Amino acid sequence: MSATETLVATGNQGHSHGPGSPVPLQARNERTTSYDVADFPVPNGREEEWRFTPVKALKALFADEAGTETVKPDVQAPVGVVVETVAPDAVKAGKPQDRIAAVAWNHAEKATAVRIPAEAELSEAIHVNIAGLGGRGFGHLVIEAGRHSRGTVIVDHTGAGELASNVEIVVGDGAELRVVSIQQGDTDSIHVAQHDAVVGRDAKLNHVAVTLGGKVVRLSTNVRYSGPGGDAELLGVYFAESGQHHENRLFVDHEAINCKSNVLYKGALAGDHARSVWIGDVLIRAAAEGTNTFELNRNLVLTDGARADSVPNLEIETGEIEGAGHASATGRFDDEQLFYLQARGIPEDEARRLVVSGFFNDIIGKIGVPEVAEHLHEVIEQKLARTAALTEATNV
Amino acid sequence: MATLEIHDLHVSVDTENGPKEILRGVDLTIAGGQTHAIMGPNGSGKSTLAYSIAGHPKYNVTSGSVTLDGEDVLDMKVDERARAGLFLAMQYPVEVPGVSVSNFLRTAKTAIDGEAPKLRTWVKDVNKALSDLDMDPDFGTRNVNEGFSGGEKKRHEIVQLELLDPKIAILDETDSGLDIDALKIVSTGVNRFAEKGDKGVLLITHYTRILRYIKPDFVHVFVDGRVAEEGGHELADELEDNGYERFLKTGAKA
Repeated sequence: MSATETLVATGNQGHSHGPGSPVPLQARNERTTSYDVADFPVPNGREEEWRFTPVKALKALFADEAGTETVKPDVQAPVGVVVETVAPDAVKAGKPQDRIAAVAWNHAEKATAVRIPAEAELSEAIHVNIAGLGGRGFGHLVIEAGRHSRGTVIVDHTGAGELASNVEIVVGDGAELRVVSIQQGDTDSIHVAQHDAVVGRDAKLNHVAVTLGGKVVRLSTNVRYSGPGGDAELLGVYFAESGQHHENRLFVDHEAINCKSNVLYKGALAGDHARSVWIGDVLIRAAAEGTNTFELNRNLVLTDGARADSVPNLEIETGEIEGAGHASATGRFDDEQLFYLQARGIPEDEARRLVVSGFFNDIIGKIGVPEVAEHLHEVIEQKLARTAALTEATNV
Repeated sequence: MATLEIHDLHVSVDTENGPKEILRGVDLTIAGGQTHAIMGPNGSGKSTLAYSIAGHPKYNVTSGSVTLDGEDVLDMKVDERARAGLFLAMQYPVEVPGVSVSNFLRTAKTAIDGEAPKLRTWVKDVNKALSDLDMDPDFGTRNVNEGFSGGEKKRHEIVQLELLDPKIAILDETDSGLDIDALKIVSTGVNRFAEKGDKGVLLITHYTRILRYIKPDFVHVFVDGRVAEEGGHELADELEDNGYERFLKTGAKA
């Protein structure tokens, strides 16, 4: 069974990939992965995996050089959680898949490991705060949930400078882990990260990527399953404003049987040169019978001059699956919704806020961490206030 | 007394071939306590009149005036018109994903009244309005018009009419697509509103069917962007028997 829905943008330059766009030349599992920086030439921006990215802005991170500052995560964890420094190759949940990930792997001297012991059920979230001081830093974070444990880890990225990091996530058999990664660096900050998750037998991962700030943010999130019955829910929220580039690249690799994946990313864009990129690759290998997967990306373009690219890819090597589908839609702000609300007496700026918060409502509800949901509502309000000021200025 | 006065209203829309005039000099006065029906063939400009009064940006008023109790309506933004006391029940109510009916109704009521409604009475009022229109209280938690049937959308419009309590209600083909039971429920809601006293109703319809349940004081036949004939309820009866043919023959094109 397969379902495909592609709604083409109603905006002037919303959607670069519609039906009939070229299938990537290279199957997803044939991409290079390596710990060796030399295996990845410095990209020129025409490569499949870099063609949407402003590579010029990432020049410093392509250099195979040590950073100018040390990334020191501040971890606040409930009693019982083990926090320690380990060698970079201690876990190997993932392998760098591009040059920046390889540079980060080699130049982050140590990895910080956060371990939830087996069968522990945490009632409070673990907080990992990573604040950039303005230099170039490389990070390496390992999050491990032991067998049958339950917990939530919130990784909050703030501050200035350029950060490249690898995050390795291991969800033990029967465990339930929620990882929220928030990117809200200063206006000029740059954040490039690769997240690799391995989901154990009958385990469940909720991975949430929230991108609210930074000049260039590029997250590559990869999920694979080490046993049958695994479940991965990958959620993402982003809101790009003038001059910001928010990019999310996802790859779900189904090899084990009876695993589920559900990808939902929603983004809003406002202002000149606000840019978002969403790439959603799902591979269902021949052995992955009983797979059930769906991915969905929706973008709301609030002003002229913003652009959203959305590229879902689904490769299916077996017919013995439960279901597989994807959908992508990029739309302009709907003036009819605005008219309807205003015709009921609601002032324009409030009507806009209602429509946009309505757009994000379902995904914020799914994040399942009240403090994150609350924070998101607040930041979205602030961004909409800025957008309203922007629209008013151009309308006058 | 609430009075909506429309004088020599000309309205055009932008098309690929330049502006096209749809309303060509509409004169109409609706006073509180009166129910007016506008009837006419498809394409005669009935809905354009409704949306122009409400202020839809698609319609350009090229000349004429619309005033509510002497205030210039055309100078107001869409939301200001609603707050001044105008209400448009739409033919095609819009879906607003992620916004619950109860949040929407409370936000609208707060905007119209200039203050938040008192919580205890408000919840009661909403539940009563929903049940009066034969809608389950669960509708409050659903998203605005999302997944509603055609009939549910129309009933939801009348729920809003009763809760927001405007001075003048314009109903744009509220009867279209309704089965007879829903038509009766909706008509009862409109009558309940009209009976509150100083309320004006402008009922736009293609069919005479709804006029069995809502009795208009005045009937206006709309042809080719203006009022072609006016009369009392007997004019509706004549249209019921003979249709619009007589009006179309006199040179107007539908």
